[in-house]
Amino acid sequence: MELSNDTKLEMYWMMLLSRRLDERAWVLHRQGRIAFHISGIGQEAAQVGAAFALRRGEDWVTPYYRDLALMICLGYTPRDFLLALTGKKAEPTSGARQMPSHWSLRKANAVSHSAPVATQCPHAAGIGLAIKMRKEDKVVLTNLGEGSTSQGEWYEAVNWAAIHQLPVIFMVENNQYAISVPADKQMAVPSSADKACGMGLRGISVDGTDVYAVYTTVAEAVAHARAGNGPTLIEARMYRLTPHSSDDDDRTYRSREEVDEAKKTDPLTVARQTLEGEGLLTKAKLEEMEARVKEMVDDAVQFAEKADYPDVADAMFPVYAEEVGRG
Amino acid sequence: MAEITLIDAIRQAMDEELGRDESVFIVGEDVGKRGGVFRATMGLFEKYGEERVIDSPLAELSIVGVGIGAALYGMRPICEIQFADFIYPAFNQIVSEAAKMCYRSNGEWTVPMVIRAPYGGGIGGGLYHSQSVEAFFAHVPGLKVVIPSNPYDAKGLLKSAVRDPNPVIYLEPKKGYRLIRGEVPEGDFTVPIGPANVTRKGSDLTVYAYGMMHYYTLQAAEKLASEGVDVEVVDLRTIYPVDKQTVLESVKKTGKALIVHEDNLTGGYGGEIAAIIAEEAFTDLDAPVRRLCGPDVPAVPFSHPLQDWFMPNPDKIAKAMRDLAAY
Repeated sequence: MELSNDTKLEMYWMMLLSRRLDERAWVLHRQGRIAFHISGIGQEAAQVGAAFALRRGEDWVTPYYRDLALMICLGYTPRDFLLALTGKKAEPTSGARQMPSHWSLRKANAVSHSAPVATQCPHAAGIGLAIKMRKEDKVVLTNLGEGSTSQGEWYEAVNWAAIHQLPVIFMVENNQYAISVPADKQMAVPSSADKACGMGLRGISVDGTDVYAVYTTVAEAVAHARAGNGPTLIEARMYRLTPHSSDDDDRTYRSREEVDEAKKTDPLTVARQTLEGEGLLTKAKLEEMEARVKEMVDDAVQFAEKADYPDVADAMFPVYAEEVGRG
Repeated sequence: MAEITLIDAIRQAMDEELGRDESVFIVGEDVGKRGGVFRATMGLFEKYGEERVIDSPLAELSIVGVGIGAALYGMRPICEIQFADFIYPAFNQIVSEAAKMCYRSNGEWTVPMVIRAPYGGGIGGGLYHSQSVEAFFAHVPGLKVVIPSNPYDAKGLLKSAVRDPNPVIYLEPKKGYRLIRGEVPEGDFTVPIGPANVTRKGSDLTVYAYGMMHYYTLQAAEKLASEGVDVEVVDLRTIYPVDKQTVLESVKKTGKALIVHEDNLTGGYGGEIAAIIAEEAFTDLDAPVRRLCGPDVPAVPFSHPLQDWFMPNPDKIAKAMRDLAAY
């Protein structure tokens, strides 16, 4: 499970691309060019680390709405993301029926999800059950926030996976807040991973700002699941560096000092420092990456802003599977 | 041809579908060793094994949520909810996940699954073993809602439901499980989801019903025939999407419409049939559209006199027919 230097750099690239896309979305929103954005800033390390631990495109994923970096790793493109932000017809996950960041990518086995939290977790258990019934060696990763671990949907999914030893990895991206409510109002245990002990599966807490540490932890859980040894609950500890969404104002519930303190462990900075320390990332290389990212993001914005809106005539379909492709 | 009961027909359909397609499996409470509390799955655990006839944890939302996940993977789950009264914990997964998956992913993902649930009163089940839940689901685009009234349809419709590429709610009139008998061919046949069935031709008035109330309606129609009133009976069978054409053809012929269901009157399914008739057959009517339904109390009370007060029965239906015929 040792990572090559190229892979380490590729992981940094995915984090950087996701971060700059996410930042641009905030700018576009403040400029009045898009209606809504929900951010994953501060959570890229956990998502990229987990994605690289999978056989991407073969293993299954039931993501949640902060998983931009995860989706980028799975082949979701900057153009796709901008089409979603602008609500354009060619948006590949829902034809712009869903709000932005409600992912789906069939070709990458990334399942469509909704907005009520933890609803994707029973789906992951069901996918795990199907994998086991078909005697395949795939695994399924389901991501969720720590607030989602308050939901019955999550408990029932974990219980299923534990009873039947299903190949499911539950990764809690504990970003400390569910909109405005802090983690200590969600649970009476210090770590989401502690919840595993009463449910018959392993619970592991990892520094979610360290992409390489997350990779190692998830890779071990994936190997465990692939070998038929069942699920793992992983908590990746991090901090949500932005408000909940473009409609939120986090100054109403947390101090600027607290946010500034958390920025010291911004996962993008942590990864950069790691790579610089290992001599893998030079100033010139970094500048080249930033220039390439800017080019891609600019291209995506221009592409999406020129793209067509959906036809109203298509809005009636497809309610039923028989109607797929109609309209 | 063998005459069998309604529940035998349901079991036969599941047995044959399990034998026909390896992706079909059953999941629910007590469906395994016990063969279901009503014995709907009796013998299937022994025949197909614990991996295809799965005793779930006692948690309805994940019976459906895990089923959805398996369906997304390509399996064909038959989820049993032990009593329709227990379906509400799964409401979110049915209405917000299964029903919306195709539309919200623009057809990328579909959910081929069946959710079976015994419904209805008259069995001494009190408030929580007697409920009729069809109106909740007949409101939801993306679902199909099927209610058989006889063994032939029960088998044929259940086979269609298993093979349907969409989520199908299949509601079983449990009062009729062993009471309603009929001839059913052994081996494969289907009854299509969608078309209603004119089960008795008549000229004086039309009664629309489904499930147990259809059985009672036929009995009442016999009584009315001996009194010289010629009643046409329409078994709706699929209540969503509804067969408008058959509904309208009948009332245009008879000029009078009565809808019978045991669910509460207000917001009940009968209101939809009444609205269709009012909108599209107003000038053909010779009398106001009438409804005979359960009263607007929360559910069927336990004590026998109270239950009898709640439930429509052949005598009450016959009286409603007489009143309408005399209008």
